Amino acid sequence: MDFRFTEQQEMMAETVRALLADLCQPADLRRLMRAGAPRDTARWAAIVEMGLAGALVPEDSGGLGLAPVDFVLIAQACGHAALPEPLVENAGVALPLLAAVADDARAAPVLARALAGEITVALKHPANPFVADADTAGALLVLDDDRLHLVAPEAAAPLRQQSADPFRRLFSLGRPPAPDTALTAGRGLRAAADAAFERGALFAAAQLLGIAQRAVDLAVGYAGERTQFGRPIGANQAVKHLLSTAQVKIAFARPVVHAAAARLDPSDVVSRARVSHAKLAAADAADLACRTAVQVHGAMGYSWEVDVHFFLKRALALAGWWGDAHVHRARVAERVFGHPLGAEHTFADAAAMAGTGAAGSGRP
Amino acid sequence: MDLTYTPQERAFRAEVRAWMEANVPAAPLPSFDASRAGFEAHRAWERTLNAGRWGMVTWPQAYGGRGLDLVRWLIFEEEYWRAGAPLRVNQNGIFLLGPTLMEFGTEAQKARFLPAMASGAEIWAQAWSEPQAGSDLAAVRAAARRDGADYVLSGHKIWSSRAVFADWAFGLFRSDPASERHRGLSLILFPLDAPGVRVQPIAQIDGETGFAEILLEDVRVPAFNRLGGDGEGWRICMATAGFERGLMLRSPARYQVAAARLVALYRANRETCGPETRAAVLQAVMDADAYALSIYATASRLDAGGAIGAEASTNKIFWSEMDIALHRTALSILGARAELVRDAPAAGADAGWLDGYFFSLAGPIYAGSNEIQKNIIAERMLGLPR
Repeated sequence: MDFRFTEQQEMMAETVRALLADLCQPADLRRLMRAGAPRDTARWAAIVEMGLAGALVPEDSGGLGLAPVDFVLIAQACGHAALPEPLVENAGVALPLLAAVADDARAAPVLARALAGEITVALKHPANPFVADADTAGALLVLDDDRLHLVAPEAAAPLRQQSADPFRRLFSLGRPPAPDTALTAGRGLRAAADAAFERGALFAAAQLLGIAQRAVDLAVGYAGERTQFGRPIGANQAVKHLLSTAQVKIAFARPVVHAAAARLDPSDVVSRARVSHAKLAAADAADLACRTAVQVHGAMGYSWEVDVHFFLKRALALAGWWGDAHVHRARVAERVFGHPLGAEHTFADAAAMAGTGAAGSGRP
Repeated sequence: MDLTYTPQERAFRAEVRAWMEANVPAAPLPSFDASRAGFEAHRAWERTLNAGRWGMVTWPQAYGGRGLDLVRWLIFEEEYWRAGAPLRVNQNGIFLLGPTLMEFGTEAQKARFLPAMASGAEIWAQAWSEPQAGSDLAAVRAAARRDGADYVLSGHKIWSSRAVFADWAFGLFRSDPASERHRGLSLILFPLDAPGVRVQPIAQIDGETGFAEILLEDVRVPAFNRLGGDGEGWRICMATAGFERGLMLRSPARYQVAAARLVALYRANRETCGPETRAAVLQAVMDADAYALSIYATASRLDAGGAIGAEASTNKIFWSEMDIALHRTALSILGARAELVRDAPAAGADAGWLDGYFFSLAGPIYAGSNEIQKNIIAERMLGLPR
């Protein structure tokens, strides 16, 4: 039992954090917004340069063969920076799914280009009503009716659906994929699609965690500078307690997100429930932290000029992305009401619990 | 990150489980706060634990422990709560004073106090708060006057848990009469049956006398009983408070077991519960789980040589609020039966939820009120101005 990240995991995340601290400050976001461009090409080039596209793709498919736990701190850093570009959705969710069906001759070259950083791949998953970043993607995966289609984005007639988050590029698809675009995925498709959902929810949770911390950080900075009644507003207990309360929420979402990343197994009800718990807890933390940050900034918090709203809007978007609270609470319920509970099962999986013979009793 | 137990950790769990199954009393013991008999029954249980060397598994072998790491302590606690073993009557001693003695005590003090603490021969109360020194602990007035080889203690301590039947107390006294605030304080241990000590029970919200006032009038104790240097009391108390809020006082298994019982209560009353109750039950299970995961993360870090800081304060806020929410959910499931006390013929085992609810209301107050903890988080963790 060791609940610590390895030095290597910490270092990799630190590299991403440093890059985003350089290239993804709120001023950079605002410049992108003014330009009206879908992505910051220089920043995206720097991200591609890091070679993370294949992070979660198996080594024999040309990736780095890393595990979700190796990527979770990176997703957190992306949330903390409110990164507009699709590092998480592309590398964390879509490409491992594409790799799972790369036996199909049509998929392999697309995967190769994506791993080389030439294109990104966007994914339409039944869990989400829209596709993110379909316009900048080089290829589109559309999952429906137990089939996975690989299409050119323009063939699906993407229609922009404006999000409150100025950096989210959402699209509905105007045209269903042609039958001959379905990949020959075989029996593994269901599992691969389920795994994509688990990764999507997990990494959304990680981003929400990063957003929550950023919101608190911004508010702490402001509360230390803004003076009223002759002293910084952050010296007042009323302000301190708001921020401490948000920080407590973050502190008890973080280990859940990390534990979910450490044992991601889509076939295991306990793992699924932990991913859902992570998503619920991180969304709650981000919601509270962002609203607190608006409040602590006072009237400035309600202005377009202060950066808090970027994080508030991303938190709102991700709270419903890859399963909303209703979806995830149902998955927690499946574990809580269907399997034994108790402290000895904190790190168990369903198979291990079945050995205890107490399934469904709800008593330790 | 490896969130699986090693074969050695699994073997340890099996060993604890077997011992608990063989030794935990079949019927619950009477409350240690309600009667001397209940208190002594719990003392006997401490003796049994100590005989099996299960009193404090993290303590060094020399003091009756096993010298184990914190992950094993968590496993021990999980099995302890799973077995429904009695509450620890000596928690002020073993969880608070014990670690403090190990860090700040002399070898002679450790030898004098730790074995008797481990065996339950001496049960401890905490004597810090005073009527005018609660959250503002640095306002203590109780005095320790140096007189040759002795200190002479006088003053008024209050809200001392277990003091009604306990044997000893560890108190914060002003040993320099000219001092103010945090300076000039000393931590001094005194027997509760010493001449000049009067213990006045205080009835609690639940009618029991779990805490007391301690009135000291010229109580003479040897200077040997001072823990740490003269005037170092504040620093040492803050370390103790870190242990109290940090890990030891509320191990996560307690809440996971309570959450599992809440799920069972919900199952038994499902027809009369609405969706909001179901959501609250799920939240209780998740919160207990989140607390456990957080403590495992902390334990891993501490076992690798890390230190606990202001996160002790986040823990304290989280478990105390979780405990109230959990018990409120239980009472809402019980509906109109929630108000029945244990003696009511129709109450049955469910009355325990009401007791637990009342006790949960103390959580945000003791061990440093949650408002003080929020100040600590804001100032020491977030860096907001004082």
